[in-house]
Amino acid sequence: MATMVSPQAQRYVDELDEIWVERSGLLGWLTTTNHKRIGIMYFFTALAFFGAGGVEALLIRTQLIGPNGHLLSPQAYDEVFTMHGITMIFLFVIPMTTGAFGNYLVPLMIGARDMAFPRLNALSYWIYLGSGLFMYVALVQGHAPNAGWFDYVPLASKQFDPGNNIDFYGYGLIFNGISSTIASINFIVTIFKLRAPGMSINRMPLFCFAFLAASFALLFALPSLSVAALFLELDRQLGFHFYDAAYGGNALLWQNLFWIFGHPEVYIIILPAFGIATSIIPTFVHRRMVFFPLVALSEILVAFLGFGVWVHHMFTVGFATLTTVYFAAASLIIVIPSAIQLFAWIATILTGTPDFQTPLLFIVGFIVYFIIGGLSGITVAAIPFDQQVHDSYYIVAHFHFVIFGAAVFPILGGMYFWFPKVTGRVYHELTGKISFWLTFAGTFITFFPMHIVGILGMPRRNYTYPPGMGWTLLNFIESIGAYILAAGLVLIVANLAVSYVRGPRRDPPYEGDTLEWATTSPPPPYNFPVIPIVSSPYPMWDKDDRERDRQRLDRGEGLLNLGHQTPATTAQDAELDEILTMPPHSAWPPVTALTLAGIFAMLVMGHYWIAVGFLALGGLTLLGWHQHEASAAG
Amino acid sequence: MSWSEAAPRRLRRLLPPATIVTVSIGLTGCGSKQSILTTRSKPAHDIALLWWWMLAAAVVVFAGAVALLIVAWARRDTPGLPFFGEREDLSQGMVLLFGVGIPFVALVALFGVSDVYLVGQTAPPNPRTTPMTIDVVGHQWWWEVRYDGGRVDTANEIHIPVDTRVDVIATTADVIHSFWVPALNRKIDMIPGITNRVLLYASAPGEYRGQCSQFCGVQHAHMSLEVFAQRPAEFRAWLAGQERPAPAPLTARAQAGKQLFMTDQCASCHTIAGTPADGTVGPNLTHVASRTTLAAAEIRNTPQELAAWIRDPQAIKPGDHMPDLGLSSTAVSEIVAYLEELR
Repeated sequence: MATMVSPQAQRYVDELDEIWVERSGLLGWLTTTNHKRIGIMYFFTALAFFGAGGVEALLIRTQLIGPNGHLLSPQAYDEVFTMHGITMIFLFVIPMTTGAFGNYLVPLMIGARDMAFPRLNALSYWIYLGSGLFMYVALVQGHAPNAGWFDYVPLASKQFDPGNNIDFYGYGLIFNGISSTIASINFIVTIFKLRAPGMSINRMPLFCFAFLAASFALLFALPSLSVAALFLELDRQLGFHFYDAAYGGNALLWQNLFWIFGHPEVYIIILPAFGIATSIIPTFVHRRMVFFPLVALSEILVAFLGFGVWVHHMFTVGFATLTTVYFAAASLIIVIPSAIQLFAWIATILTGTPDFQTPLLFIVGFIVYFIIGGLSGITVAAIPFDQQVHDSYYIVAHFHFVIFGAAVFPILGGMYFWFPKVTGRVYHELTGKISFWLTFAGTFITFFPMHIVGILGMPRRNYTYPPGMGWTLLNFIESIGAYILAAGLVLIVANLAVSYVRGPRRDPPYEGDTLEWATTSPPPPYNFPVIPIVSSPYPMWDKDDRERDRQRLDRGEGLLNLGHQTPATTAQDAELDEILTMPPHSAWPPVTALTLAGIFAMLVMGHYWIAVGFLALGGLTLLGWHQHEASAAG
Repeated sequence: MSWSEAAPRRLRRLLPPATIVTVSIGLTGCGSKQSILTTRSKPAHDIALLWWWMLAAAVVVFAGAVALLIVAWARRDTPGLPFFGEREDLSQGMVLLFGVGIPFVALVALFGVSDVYLVGQTAPPNPRTTPMTIDVVGHQWWWEVRYDGGRVDTANEIHIPVDTRVDVIATTADVIHSFWVPALNRKIDMIPGITNRVLLYASAPGEYRGQCSQFCGVQHAHMSLEVFAQRPAEFRAWLAGQERPAPAPLTARAQAGKQLFMTDQCASCHTIAGTPADGTVGPNLTHVASRTTLAAAEIRNTPQELAAWIRDPQAIKPGDHMPDLGLSSTAVSEIVAYLEELR
């Protein structure tokens, strides 16, 4: 809190400012390794992709507003709904939660000065940007992936999809997966090793538990997707027959591999959202989370159990009944840790003194929609019912309540909640509330009727439908809901954009409980002049501890001012282990990402030798990267 | 009385919240031909009944949780629980009761009913219990329907005798499709290299609409089918008609149409039994005039719509494998005259 820095402390702060000074201008952003700058780049990139995915959603809803719609050709519709799925899952939600929120907040919440591997962190951003642009180049050129986001073979095989649409999908996901893998390793190491002294694992914020669980899940789930995509491209490019039943391959192999990744993915999407909820709730209800240890355990259990349920996406493929029954049981068991968290949030709100400001409203919206999505999820764990509604709009309704209602609502609430942290200004509260109600109503009007239209037998992924099926009115309502929802989302962005320029300055804006509120808003490049020493999971509510931090700063104690230094602590008890020196800005991450983009661009164009050239270039880049490290250490 | 009506009606009286949803489905579902709730077989009926019970339970859970949130809002200035005050042990007990205890009981019950008992009802039928077998083969974007190992080969319309357990053998000729007639049973995927089976049974005569429910390419939206459940005598008469080879054309125009069919490209994709036409890419047309719809239930089978389809199939199903042959309108009308005789 800048205002509270005493004159004698100012000297030390100035010294740190000088050590951590950042390059200005475009070059500064291109070569930054600062987790906050990387988080902001992630945020704006993910927001742009959210906009693109949103436009795709509006195209879909406009096409379906009445029967026999023809805004889009069938080919264009297939590309649009496929890109909508790919964008929202791979280019918006995951990068927005882990990339933007995680990057910006995890180091702040654990009292660290950066992520454990700052350059890798930059690399994961640049690879993400490259992979997103890679797939969007395909859309602009009119041959975007067109076999749905789960891309079932043999529809996605060369025989039935001879263009390079699917190659953009296959290569794009391998490309994108590198980014997520790097990011999850970085989060795991950061959370285990960079926590402030005293922040033993049981004092770690639930937000960080959620990100830890999601990162582990991502790390173990992604190989399955990458292997699946690799097999797909080997089939398509080199005539392998992994998925080709006519040559001893197996079309279900793709489905198995995809969903072994795909279901943990759902929890990877939603766990960070849980984390955001557990940050916002205590702040606005002015009390600690009910049953903190059980909630932490549940977060981890959800991530773990999520690996054992993938066949519930495949109840209609004709597996033996016993096989499906096991997966139905596992899918039902996962309800328990989810329900524990749900009622822990409700109990906390109930027993606290909630102040229903915009961020908390979004969390209440999230709770309501998570219940709807959870309940519809339970119904499809009843195998016979799933076998009726599978691949109908009922499923579309279910997963939009889960992904939009339960994952995106906390993201939106989180955008409001941490806006004052990132900008130093506060948003407009009344506009915030209006934007909540628009978004909340829009979501319900868009997605709730989909349950009914699914029960009335409308299959998903149809570019049009005939009149007289009982679907017309419901589809019309859904489309109107989509426009309302879009208006709500635009209002959120507008509120934040205007507040960035004109919002009143207030720091801190509220009595947050975790360490990101222990520093100025926006925080300096080194986050904390002195690393806080922690004695509970709610360090900001321990006023004496924070007072002691201020006194240490006044005395110039523990400044770690010999370069980009941050303390590393033991993984469990967070006892001081060593002082790390972090690398400064570096041009190698974007250059490395560029060579990777070159490899994948050449692969998709079929210029294999040039791709090999880029691979060699990538090797040289890595050599350069480590060359630099050696001299820095020396 | 159909399978769907008896039990749910009793249930609706018991459950007012469900009634609201029921009514809204009823209102919007007028003329709905593919609803999973208008059922004509035991498995489909049981699934519909399961749905009503799950809906009722879900409404209770949802209402309870939202009620807690409303209480939280009403008591926003008062810390602690209603009646009990600030008791952390009771707050934790609440989490355990609602988060573990009640869900556990409810989930075990649901598992028992749906995944132990009912799942057996929707499993592939024991072949000894099915006096009849039909092969249904998914194609981009139509359904091939074969009786007696191919003695009868038709498309997009499945005729079955009423009150008869029919074993449908579901396979695909190309990509994955999913065979789904909601009024009669669950869906089953058609996957290359795999032979799946599903029971088809209708307790009342009628027409039941089905649709492919696994995305299968550009014309996935136009891949529907009709099941005709007929009285046994009617069904036997239909089957006997389908077994005969195609009749020779009678009128001069039909004869010219046949000539065109055989020499132009039609015969390379379509079969007409008793003629040289033996293509297997498109539907078998031996008795095409006996069908009620064309192009996978996309258009009605009238001479006008048939002519429109032959003239410009891409206008009706863009991206379909049936090409625009650039036929003159005379040629089209002659081919239509021929096909119209294939009863």
